[in-house]
Amino acid sequence: MNAPSADKGMAFLPMAKKVPTGAGEFKLPSIDQSFVQGTVATSVGTVPQVGTELTRQDKHEHYLVRWNIGRDHFTVEPGLYAVGRPDAGSLVLVGANYKMSFDLLRQALAGRDCWLLILNTKGINVWCAAGKGTFGTEELLDRLQASRLDAIVSHRQLIVPQLGAPGLAAHEVKKYSGFRVTYGPISLKDLPEFLDNGLQATPGMRRKTFPLRERIVLIPVELMQGLKQGIPLMLFFLLIGGLAGRGHFAGAALIHGLPPALAVLIGIISGTVLTPLFLPRLPGRAFSCKGAIAGFSLFVLFFAATSSLTHGYSYLEQVSWLLLTLAVSSWLGMAFTGASTFTSLNGVKKEMLRAMPLQFFSLVAGILSWAIALRMY
Amino acid sequence: MERFRYFEDVVSLEFDKDKCIGCGLCAIVCPHGVFALTRDHKAQMTARNQCMECGACMRNCPALAITVEAGEGCVRGVINELLGIEGPCC
Ligand code: SF4
Ligand code: SF4
Repeated sequence: MNAPSADKGMAFLPMAKKVPTGAGEFKLPSIDQSFVQGTVATSVGTVPQVGTELTRQDKHEHYLVRWNIGRDHFTVEPGLYAVGRPDAGSLVLVGANYKMSFDLLRQALAGRDCWLLILNTKGINVWCAAGKGTFGTEELLDRLQASRLDAIVSHRQLIVPQLGAPGLAAHEVKKYSGFRVTYGPISLKDLPEFLDNGLQATPGMRRKTFPLRERIVLIPVELMQGLKQGIPLMLFFLLIGGLAGRGHFAGAALIHGLPPALAVLIGIISGTVLTPLFLPRLPGRAFSCKGAIAGFSLFVLFFAATSSLTHGYSYLEQVSWLLLTLAVSSWLGMAFTGASTFTSLNGVKKEMLRAMPLQFFSLVAGILSWAIALRMY
Repeated sequence: MERFRYFEDVVSLEFDKDKCIGCGLCAIVCPHGVFALTRDHKAQMTARNQCMECGACMRNCPALAITVEAGEGCVRGVINELLGIEGPCC
């Protein structure tokens, strides 16, 4: 089907591209960073030594980043770092310069002596950066050169996280630098065992799972993004409901604007909290379907619990709320494919082509039926 | 990973057994156990539908025996692609 065309093959060869100016120039990271505890003298210069314990400040930053705050500038300087007192025979581990990944990496290396070669992924984690190619062969070769690693260590081995493999070709790294890439485990929690076992990974260490714990961590970012998209819609309903409904603005906004705004909110919560939480249990393979089912369930629960407040409304108006919830929850559920660990690009394309017309229809029909109900009132 | 499955038969992963030199790297880098080495020292696709098109196998295959339309499976990315803009995915 997709035979690799000649120029596609070439694109993988790092040296076929023009080398950017300044690439490979000797550079070690600054020691003036919060996590640097000391220095290690080497034949080429002073390498910053990092601590392996996270401070309260580090943990506080992680917490904020998980809520999508300060995510854009959460980086460390790329380059070579030392953990413990490494020497010419010590292992070299490759990582990304997203500070969260960096912190968890040094934490996992407590009590060891090794080198860290941190690539400039522009503050993005290894996996996403590998997908984009910023964690890749070229950057690794540049960083190797810039750090003069060949003069610092006597062996020729690099340990690269397995999730970096989409961006990097082990045989090319070997060909251009002489360094052999050994792929380490997917999860940092397996790293100590991998290192203790003489760099042997069990099959389980090579599989990307998607346990509840990992899905929960993703919820805040998803929720913030959902709110960002949904709040304008909620304000729209409150505003138009208040203006077009009968009586005072506030009263009309409360009667006609609040229920659809709540329906949107239910959609947001369903798509960004319930869908990740109950992902394997929600029926259907399509995430849009999972999201819609989560939305329907929460909608029914919520409006059943508040039925005493809603019995004065027409069917049309109630149906309009349901359509809004379904549109929003299905859309945001589908957006969670971006964070999931097992959805493919072609799968997502196929899902989008099928689901987006329905989501769009549901949204438009929801708004229209709400508007008609408002006029009839 | 049986608990997590996406669609069947949509992935673009193709494997040419004749080119394979049996280095085994595809089996190592794949996060979903799609490849396994057989007794005759060739790779084999044992779970093609589990593929998430990350491209790790293709990128690391020294024999160019694997092709896959690799990309980030995310809604933002697909929309950006449809609109022809360069945009971040994650
Ligand atoms: S990486 Fe390529 S050559 Fe190596 S086993 Fe897999 S298909 Fe065969
Ligand atoms: S593209 Fe990724 S998930 Fe698919 S077979 Fe290759 S390594 Fe495995």
